[in-house]
Amino acid sequence: MEVDMMKKVPVREQAPAARAKNFEEVCEGYNKEEAMAEATRCLNCKNPMCVQGCPVSINIPGFVQELKEGKIEEAYKVISLSSALPAVCGRVCPQEKQCEGKCVRGIKGESLSIGKMERFVADWARENGIKPEPAAVKNGKKVAVIGSGPSGLTCAGDLAKAGYDVTIFEALHKAGGVLVYGIPEFRLPKEKVVQKEIENIKGLGVKIETDVIIGKSVTIDELLNEQGFDAVYIGSGAGLPKFMGIPGENLNGVFSANEYLTRSNLMKAYESDSKTPIMKSKKVAVVGGGNVAMDAARTALRLGAEVHVVYRRGESELPARAEEVHHAKEEGIQFDLLRNPVEIIGDENGWVTGIKCIKMELGEPDASGRRKPVEVQGSEFVIDVDTVIMALGTSPNPLISSTTKGLDINARKCIVADDCGKTSRDAVYAGGDAVTGAATVILAMGAGKTAAKAIDEFLSK
Amino acid sequence: MFKILEKEWLNVNTFKMILDAPMVAHSCLPGQFVIVRDTEDGERIPLTICDYDRENKTITIVVQTIGGGTLQMSKKEAGEYLADVVGPLGRPTDLVTDDIEEVKKKKIVFVAGGLGTAPVYCQVKWLHEHGITADVIVGAKTKDIVILEEEMKAVGNLYITTDDGSYGRTGMVTTCLEDLVTKEGKEYDHCVCIGPMIMMKFLSQLTAKLGIHTIVSMNPIMVDGTGMCGACRITVGGETKFACVDGPEFDATEVDFNEAMRRLGMYKPAEAEALKAVKEA
Repeated sequence: MEVDMMKKVPVREQAPAARAKNFEEVCEGYNKEEAMAEATRCLNCKNPMCVQGCPVSINIPGFVQELKEGKIEEAYKVISLSSALPAVCGRVCPQEKQCEGKCVRGIKGESLSIGKMERFVADWARENGIKPEPAAVKNGKKVAVIGSGPSGLTCAGDLAKAGYDVTIFEALHKAGGVLVYGIPEFRLPKEKVVQKEIENIKGLGVKIETDVIIGKSVTIDELLNEQGFDAVYIGSGAGLPKFMGIPGENLNGVFSANEYLTRSNLMKAYESDSKTPIMKSKKVAVVGGGNVAMDAARTALRLGAEVHVVYRRGESELPARAEEVHHAKEEGIQFDLLRNPVEIIGDENGWVTGIKCIKMELGEPDASGRRKPVEVQGSEFVIDVDTVIMALGTSPNPLISSTTKGLDINARKCIVADDCGKTSRDAVYAGGDAVTGAATVILAMGAGKTAAKAIDEFLSK
Repeated sequence: MFKILEKEWLNVNTFKMILDAPMVAHSCLPGQFVIVRDTEDGERIPLTICDYDRENKTITIVVQTIGGGTLQMSKKEAGEYLADVVGPLGRPTDLVTDDIEEVKKKKIVFVAGGLGTAPVYCQVKWLHEHGITADVIVGAKTKDIVILEEEMKAVGNLYITTDDGSYGRTGMVTTCLEDLVTKEGKEYDHCVCIGPMIMMKFLSQLTAKLGIHTIVSMNPIMVDGTGMCGACRITVGGETKFACVDGPEFDATEVDFNEAMRRLGMYKPAEAEALKAVKEA
């Protein structure tokens, strides 16, 4: 296979027109030949910048060199030293801002396609029955992990490998957290990828108890004082969906992205025989510009709607991954940029008929460093829609903080934890969205990994 | 998996189940609810807890077969299992968390309509165990659908009223309460009303007139039940609240019942289709 050293080996994708009508995975990934060809582009830098860009510090040149020689199992072992969820990360990490963003090859040409290679290695390992190795010796200490999302799974996996007896408590009926309820099938297949990675973590000896709500079913104090856990890691996730506080938000046909995506992803409402319904929309406005907004928009499109993304800033300020925006546009999603909703309009029966927006222009940069959008007076207009999906982020869930004495929260009501994940309570660690507010899968994994190390040090004293 | 220890039909479309649910039984209090799925592909159904037994690690739920999901669930028998029972969810009723001496000073009346009798029973029983006997009005369309009569009599001072007069008093719960207060010399300063949304709306209009502080238990559409999805939002005192984490009980005078009733109808066509499918299967 001929390789242009300046360009990524292209990855196969479902054609936009076809994929806009199904929930199959958009990106088909590299085959072995393509992955090995891409690996030849690695400069194998002495001081690999890509590793610095990775929140879990995968030895990227290490696995790429193995891949280059066709030693896929070896490559998988290198990745597994640092990541418990490589098939997930290869698909959903914002590589352009992390490893690939720092790749030295990217200075003159296109950076290495690290995410796609990671995905290939992880998929190959899964298809060939290669699994991470459980700890040889158990140390007899018990750790409780709250939440089975990326942060909890990573923390649990690392602790299990270090010999701990780990139990994950999950509030929903299925393990996986945002990987299961939030990210759609067409970006991250549930049975094929997520459940298999969870099986691998269980294979390390981690127990997962679903249907348990920490703070309600049982408290952290009970876990520590009565159930014999030596430490607790809180990876409970982002929390409650935000709304704008504009008139009409409780009309029939207005949903949070969390609700819309949970119905589709967790409850499989996109399948015709699902017991859980989802709105059959003709025209949808999705408010927001992040990855969750893209996921909601592309889900609504696949369910048959015309979809508009309404975002108050401009294209370059969209917080979503470039790849997601690109895919959304290819599929026919319309971007109404520099538009901000001021009211949702309903008919006499309380059903949504439109969303009134005002035009915006960009002013001076604000605290986030992005240019602040300012309303253009008198520029209101109405988009006729029957459904509005709010994808505006989340505020922390108080279930755990309100039932755990001495657990400090900050002004934004997030759990306070230091760089190692240590909270104000002895033996209690936290990380991921519960600490940072809504962020990415890989940052949550990074926090889980750091906390696992800190918990190990704490319990080894 | 959660074992069904006992199952009993209470009327033609309402059944009771006693479930082995140690985690819920360990910590639940009156006013809280659980979410149940009958099978691995079932929908998540929120149900207010009717009774619990900490020692035997069981909870009791009462279910009305009003939709496809509940009808499907009704086919499960004692000895079989439900896929999921999670909880307790929501906040307990104020009566069980407030200072008990203050609660003892209150003159409390419960008003239950239909299935609402089950969660009301949980609260009346708790009060009874704490030395408080409350008045309880239970309303039903007709004699045949009155549920939990003997259980309720054992813990509260029961008034039954039926719309058609086939049992107990004649008329709606509003008539009964108004008669008790205006004609029979009863005095109340705290009312807990649980039943169909329309009943709670009219009952709370009456109690506002009578000057009785009233709490209602809302039963909106829910998905996760932990605050994550926001499907259950209702307007209370002009603010949006999530019934699953802020409630399910709210001050009746502040609840926008019309909005809540409208939102309950969000999936009517899909629900009708699902019910038909289960009936035909």
